Amino acid sequence: MKPVIREKFAAAAEQGRAAFVPYVTGGFPNADTCLELITALDELGSEVIEVGLPFSDPLADGPTIQLSSQRALEAGATPAKVLATMERAAAKTQAALVAMTYVNPVLAMGYEEFAKRASGSGVSGVIIPDLPPEEAGEWLDACQTHGLDPVFMAAPGTPMERLDRILAVGGGFLYYVSMDGVTGTELELPPERLAAMQKVRARSSLPVAVGFGVATPAQAKALAPVADGVVVGSALVRQVHQADSPQAAVEAASRLAGELRQALVR
Amino acid sequence: MSASQASSPKSGGAKVLPDELGHFGPYGGRFVPENLMPALEELHAAYLTAQQDPAFSEELEDLLANYAGRPTPLYEAKNLSKALGGGRIFLKREDLTHTGAHKINNALGQVLLAKRMGKKRIIAETGAGQHGVATATVAALMGLKCMVYMGTLDMERQALNVTRMQMLGATVEPVTSGSCSLKDATTQAIRDWVTNVGDTHYIIGSVVGPHPYPMLVRGFQSVIGKEARAQLLEREGKLPKAAVACVGAGSNAIGLFHPLLNDPVDLIGVEAAGHGLESGEHSASLTAGRPGVLHGSSLYLLQDPDGQIIEAYSMAAGLDYPGVGPEHSYLKDIERATYATVDDKAAVKAFIDLARYEGIIPALESSHALAHLKDLAPRYAPDDIILVCLSGRGDKDVSQVAAYLEKQK
Repeated sequence: MKPVIREKFAAAAEQGRAAFVPYVTGGFPNADTCLELITALDELGSEVIEVGLPFSDPLADGPTIQLSSQRALEAGATPAKVLATMERAAAKTQAALVAMTYVNPVLAMGYEEFAKRASGSGVSGVIIPDLPPEEAGEWLDACQTHGLDPVFMAAPGTPMERLDRILAVGGGFLYYVSMDGVTGTELELPPERLAAMQKVRARSSLPVAVGFGVATPAQAKALAPVADGVVVGSALVRQVHQADSPQAAVEAASRLAGELRQALVR
Repeated sequence: MSASQASSPKSGGAKVLPDELGHFGPYGGRFVPENLMPALEELHAAYLTAQQDPAFSEELEDLLANYAGRPTPLYEAKNLSKALGGGRIFLKREDLTHTGAHKINNALGQVLLAKRMGKKRIIAETGAGQHGVATATVAALMGLKCMVYMGTLDMERQALNVTRMQMLGATVEPVTSGSCSLKDATTQAIRDWVTNVGDTHYIIGSVVGPHPYPMLVRGFQSVIGKEARAQLLEREGKLPKAAVACVGAGSNAIGLFHPLLNDPVDLIGVEAAGHGLESGEHSASLTAGRPGVLHGSSLYLLQDPDGQIIEAYSMAAGLDYPGVGPEHSYLKDIERATYATVDDKAAVKAFIDLARYEGIIPALESSHALAHLKDLAPRYAPDDIILVCLSGRGDKDVSQVAAYLEKQK
């Protein structure tokens, strides 16, 4: 049985923590190191691990993840290869694995085929930031057929009635985008922003994970009381960019991930 | 609904597209990160309200007439017609508008919408620089801050337009990712918009992007076809047999085609074959691509089997885009319009031909439409009218064409 995303969030809550949801770009810096990274993130107690299937034109991503996607594609990453890496990871990890990609690579495979292959690779959920609910009919059917959680996003400007529509179709967790911006933008957390998050969480039938721009243990600590989970992507990918060797990349990313997870204790 | 009706001459019972969610058959729609949804709703509402407001159309019409120089002339190219044989060729002279291309029609319309929405900052993407110049122009006119994203490759081949934008007070932001051209500039502009969506309006330059952009850009560009249609009826007492326009992402073509959709007129778009379709270096998305999603809507796209976007190529920077707008994608599928291709070499020949036969230097983009006339014109009778959109002027291209010809020697 694949791990169930909601149960992972519930387990973290029982331990008095917000769930830790790290992101890695699939196939970056190469397939083997990516697998090592996923394994290391699992060992340090991540509840959910997001793996990016690189796309040539990632609209919602800032320069850090954008560059990692470009590098992964140059190194030969494809959706099928990254799913194969996730399958190898799923065989030995406790965390729920979530694929994050854009709609065009999914369409290229076909919604149904993608859902089937993802689910067969041990993936519990899929995030597609440029597929809003009104365009997602066929995708939702495919997810239902193959037992995948379709994870949707909400943003600070999302009106409450729209939030309800997103929650009605979404599965796994609600990915709340911390601010207007792309991934890796510097995040400030004034009280009104935290209050807005709390409001969304109070309304949400799904666990709410906050992401975009979370880079430091201090930010993670500030978010832990208002969110069910915290997503960290660019900050970890940056460690990989900056490392001299694949080995050093895994070490540096794991070190930061460990600190971030520690900070999520409420 | 009302907006689409307002921009179509007579719907005659035909389905009015797009539908409420912005779909043209299976194309179009709204595939964007959630942050942009409220802004797209706001823009849609502002457009619909503006359509109902006489003050809006009055202001726009005044600017189109007295600032942009509309109506543009409809010129019968008798020398060219004679040389090619066949139908009578009429050129819709969008090259004679202020800033030198049809792009000003859309930029003026959108900047008025931006003002109505209280936006303080304008962003745009540009390929050939014509849309960037048009946007920088209207931003200067309205006193708004302006940033234009442009690929570094395009900045190099369209250096004149970079300087023009800067003179107009805009910041030209170089884009170094991917193919360093229009696709990447668009991606970067959307990222900016996601980040600054509160105070910024994104003036998309073509009939692409998420709903309502393809519909509203069509609305503002339809002035091309409406004018030409009326000019022909008045002067010649008849409609054209064919209407021809170049297609990069497709805005001048939709502007020409849309008011003629319900008339018995052959609609022909001309895509850029670059170095030739078989070379793989082209921008012929309708001819050689397949449906997918890029920059917020579903459309024909150049992509690899995994859905990664393939970089487009054309000597004409304004055609160098790997997708073609959702309405063109739909018109192709239902066979209401047909799409041909013309390579760099033929486009350059047409560029020179128009200069020599008519004393008009066309944009390299428009030269693709002109080049197709060699095949097309002889298929029509001598009293048939072939209407061609001369979408822009070629000053920006003269050094590039000169260098190309030098290399061929």
